[in-house]
Amino acid sequence: MAAGRDKGKEETMIIAIASGKGGTGKTTVAANLARVRGAVTLLDCDVEEPNVHLFLKGTPDGEPQEVSILVPEVDEARCDGCGECVRFCEYKALAVLDKRVLVFKDMCHGCGGCARVCPQNAISEKPNRIGILTSARVGDITLVQGRLDVGVAMAPPLIRAVKALIPAQGDAILDAPPGTSCPMVATLREADFVVLVTEPTPFGLHDLRLAVAVVRELDIPCGVVINRAGSGDDSVTAYCRDEKIPLLAEIPDDRRVAEAYSRGELMVDALPEYRAVFEALYSEVKGEEKV
Amino acid sequence: MKKGKAITEWVVISGKGGTGKTSVVASFAALARRAVLADCDVDAADLHLVLDPKVIRREKFSGGKRARIDPARCTACGRCQELCRFEAVHLDAPADGGAERRFRIDPIACEGCGVCAWFCPERAIHFGPAVNGEWFVSETRHGPMVHARLGIAEENSGKLVSTVRAAAVELARQRGLDLVIIDGSPGVGCPVIASITGASLVLIVTEPTLSGRCDMQRVADLARHFGIPAMVCVNKWDLNPRVADEIESLARQRGLGLAGRVRYDGAVTEAQIHRQSVVEHGASACADEVRDVWARVRAAIEAAGVPEPS
Repeated sequence: MAAGRDKGKEETMIIAIASGKGGTGKTTVAANLARVRGAVTLLDCDVEEPNVHLFLKGTPDGEPQEVSILVPEVDEARCDGCGECVRFCEYKALAVLDKRVLVFKDMCHGCGGCARVCPQNAISEKPNRIGILTSARVGDITLVQGRLDVGVAMAPPLIRAVKALIPAQGDAILDAPPGTSCPMVATLREADFVVLVTEPTPFGLHDLRLAVAVVRELDIPCGVVINRAGSGDDSVTAYCRDEKIPLLAEIPDDRRVAEAYSRGELMVDALPEYRAVFEALYSEVKGEEKV
Repeated sequence: MKKGKAITEWVVISGKGGTGKTSVVASFAALARRAVLADCDVDAADLHLVLDPKVIRREKFSGGKRARIDPARCTACGRCQELCRFEAVHLDAPADGGAERRFRIDPIACEGCGVCAWFCPERAIHFGPAVNGEWFVSETRHGPMVHARLGIAEENSGKLVSTVRAAAVELARQRGLDLVIIDGSPGVGCPVIASITGASLVLIVTEPTLSGRCDMQRVADLARHFGIPAMVCVNKWDLNPRVADEIESLARQRGLGLAGRVRYDGAVTEAQIHRQSVVEHGASACADEVRDVWARVRAAIEAAGVPEPS
């Protein structure tokens, strides 16, 4: 709604789409929301398995950027093998063998402590690549994606790099990774609203409870979208009612939806009758925040 | 006691979430004899919902340390905030910028590195073990199981996965069992790496979607990176037979074993609602296909411990 942008009155909002359980439809919700709203930035924070680009195909905006964390490099001429760095490191990223320090950079979290504690000033830090960051234009949507290099354990630093590209103006939609641990938490921090996507099954409900606990710990308002509604039982609906969590939308269990997804087609393009579901969801989210 | 007998660890992973890992593992649990089950999807564990475990041992898990500022000793110099690379130190300052400024460590953001505590000039930061979760040894109708629960918004899921695996292998040894079946987590990061390193075989359960195809390749790269043989099972294959074919041909090109296809079937959700695996929940074509997958994985292991490259 371009008219609403007068005088910068429209509030910008960071909306995270998360789930607990994997495969419930986070990417579907994130990409379709972006499509119906337009003029938003969509950030794929599922850096271990980024998939939004399969549904929103655009033109690259600039070259991919490498993202690194700082890891130690030991100057052997200065190091006397005292082992102070090894004693300091909580991640077992350093070891001393025959008075020589070995660095296991895959274990390093990049805290920089070893370089500071070294009495000989023998440790410097150098960047170690963990993944790449790409940007693309898809119509009026800006798509930002982080992609973790295979074999790298730590997603949060790359997620933080993706989130550094949240624009100062206009809404941002974050597609979160599944689960409830560090990568999901790193994505959700500083979000204004969390949309939790689930399915009406025992697994869906169980993982929704865990995700709600995290969102409450982070003190962010949230609402629930039930995907494949009708395929299971009504325990998720009952849970939302008991916990007073708004049920924002339901996407029916429709084999055509699953088939369109399998081909990399957006639901609102392949099955335009679902456009209204996402339009209503977006308005609901924008309204919920003010409550 | 069957001392010294080799224990085989199978890990079921997927890359993409929601492809059916846990449903497959639950069926494997019902089909296996002499196996220990390990739920290594520690931050969204679901296997217990089907297997209904009776907990016989419960342990606290501490995977790391955490910093906490002692307000009585803190002089608000700000050194900790300057040094923290994880944006975990927050300043709660009064609006007028007066003398009451106070620093606080956000336990959720704290990475447990210890830099702040080490360099605090006032020694005002306490740095000690954090309880990040719990793990359990249980009995189920299909044999012993090790599982865990990561605390809310906790980290160190990789270490918890390693703890669960080690406990499962130890349990197998004690009971003279030779197989550990591991339910892994989605993705390719820390918990997945912890669940596959040193395992005997990875079974990748994927689905015939562009996302499934893309993520299957990343997780296959990960298995290769750690030198672990992998097999591929296409679940819900009839959603898109063309992509199912493509996935299998990609798998063949990579020298991965094919474990078979399972159809898209409402029986899987129905079984889950009845807290059963699909092979326990009456006869269905889908259950027969899961049995075939089980037989192929078994055969591949018995043939050489490694699936044959094509």
